[in-house]
Amino acid sequence: MSSFELLVVFILAGFVGYSIVWRITPALHSPLMAVTNAVSSIVIVGALMAFAHASVDVGWPYFCLLGALFCCMVNIVGGFWMTHRMLAMFRKTQKGER
Amino acid sequence: MITIPAFSSLFLSGLYLFVAVAFILTLQGLTALHSAFRSNILGLLAMALCVGGTAVAFLPATLWPVLCVAALGAGVGAVIAKRVPMTALPQLMAAFHSLVGLAAVFIALSAFKAPFLFGLTEAWTALRALEVALGSFVGALTFTGSVVAFLKLEGRLAKGFALLSHKATLYASLVLAGVGLVLFLQAPELSSLLLLTFLGLFIGVALVMPIGGADMPVVVSMLNSYSGWAAVGIGFTLSQFLLVIVGALVGASGAILSYIMCKGMNRPFLKVLLGGAASAATQSKAAGQKAFKQGGADDAAFLLKNAQSVVIVPGYGMAVARAQHALKEVADLLKAEGVKVRFAIHPVAGRMPGHMNVLLAEAEINTDDVLELEDINADFTSTDVVLVIGANDITNPVARSDQSSPLYGMSILDVDKAKTVLFIKRSLGVGYAGVDNPLFYNDKTYMLLGDGKKMMEHIAKAVAA
Repeated sequence: MSSFELLVVFILAGFVGYSIVWRITPALHSPLMAVTNAVSSIVIVGALMAFAHASVDVGWPYFCLLGALFCCMVNIVGGFWMTHRMLAMFRKTQKGER
Repeated sequence: MITIPAFSSLFLSGLYLFVAVAFILTLQGLTALHSAFRSNILGLLAMALCVGGTAVAFLPATLWPVLCVAALGAGVGAVIAKRVPMTALPQLMAAFHSLVGLAAVFIALSAFKAPFLFGLTEAWTALRALEVALGSFVGALTFTGSVVAFLKLEGRLAKGFALLSHKATLYASLVLAGVGLVLFLQAPELSSLLLLTFLGLFIGVALVMPIGGADMPVVVSMLNSYSGWAAVGIGFTLSQFLLVIVGALVGASGAILSYIMCKGMNRPFLKVLLGGAASAATQSKAAGQKAFKQGGADDAAFLLKNAQSVVIVPGYGMAVARAQHALKEVADLLKAEGVKVRFAIHPVAGRMPGHMNVLLAEAEINTDDVLELEDINADFTSTDVVLVIGANDITNPVARSDQSSPLYGMSILDVDKAKTVLFIKRSLGVGYAGVDNPLFYNDKTYMLLGDGKKMMEHIAKAVAA
């Protein structure tokens, strides 16, 4: 995809995000932050693509990529799990008295 | 070896499109409490599919290091998510943001040094150089900014970084980064990209260092936003639409949260970013002499028990004292006595957006009883007792009356309109804004000085007796 096409995608996605996030209930702003954090680990895709050809022979970029992979995995598992914990608490309070 | 060029693979493109839509639906699910829980699971499944699908399509040349590192990361993430208490949520978020920033730096540097790994050409045009520079720079800034925010929230930051908190340092490094960027665009060399990255690391520190205390919600939201923009930068570098879409969603989300937090504090974004706290601490000294009514747990219990309607206002002090469970106990006891008990949340109470809501939910307080500022503010006139625990500025009536006050214009919880106000505080000190709260010296106010949790436990005992 050309940079211009990506720019189009970027701006449209920005509008989608803008219109959704304003409607998110303030009570869930912390889970929102946790889940957006988990989701932004999507950069892991970049690291994964590179591993198809990368090996120690490439030198330091290989270790950078392993580092990126580590960071993203911590974030994905930790981020979604943390969000899960929070939302489970909210769900419990909803069910508790109904 | 057969290579799969990024976008000729229909399978991957289709998968990524599905993942992008799933993430949009995940955010959409957070608009209502009942759909939020499921939407997070959808997000997790989409992420798992995305990681799995990509790994299969681009099978790693040497599998075991990749598997080991991935498993290690997943394990660390699981241990953190399982062990961290909810009260440490703000610093955990900061720590997680730093990881996204670091990953972005790593990927940007690798992509520049070894573009063939990503199916990219070696020809770094100015445009492509700009993309990789932005990914690396914003990632670096997110990384160190988040680390500083983490240390601040943990309370581990030693004072003595005066040089770094100087505005001139920040401006100078920004100018330097601008010059560095121009140089890099003209002649894309690794050395100048590294220089830009180091400047990003430095600017991240300089940016967050002067901000603290009650401005932390803005910082945390801002870093959330930056981590999204860093992903966008990587997306442009690697020509991956999925990264651009997701980064834009995250960036927009963080930016909106920052805006909401700034509005809640009535401070322009740039001022929060560059200013730190308004320093009006001088006002506090004279204030200490004024007369106030001090109450004890028994007085509070008596007042609360005999009220018809009670509103509880939690603040950061409640989080510090971990008083939410004791608070729930008191609320339950009062409800059993027939008292109407509700909770009022100010948008900037705590250290991150929605901080109070999470802690109240942890104590299993029904979300229907937890109301936001605009939904409860009109009810204070008909409220008998307001119990403020660990909050100050967000209840200060000066925000409505005194035009010279730094708080003027901020939307506050109108607790002064209730018949009686109880403040649970450790001391009579001023809040973060450094402004004295005249409500403390009002006739209808009782100050309950002490640790929030212990005080709530005493009140619970007295109510039950």
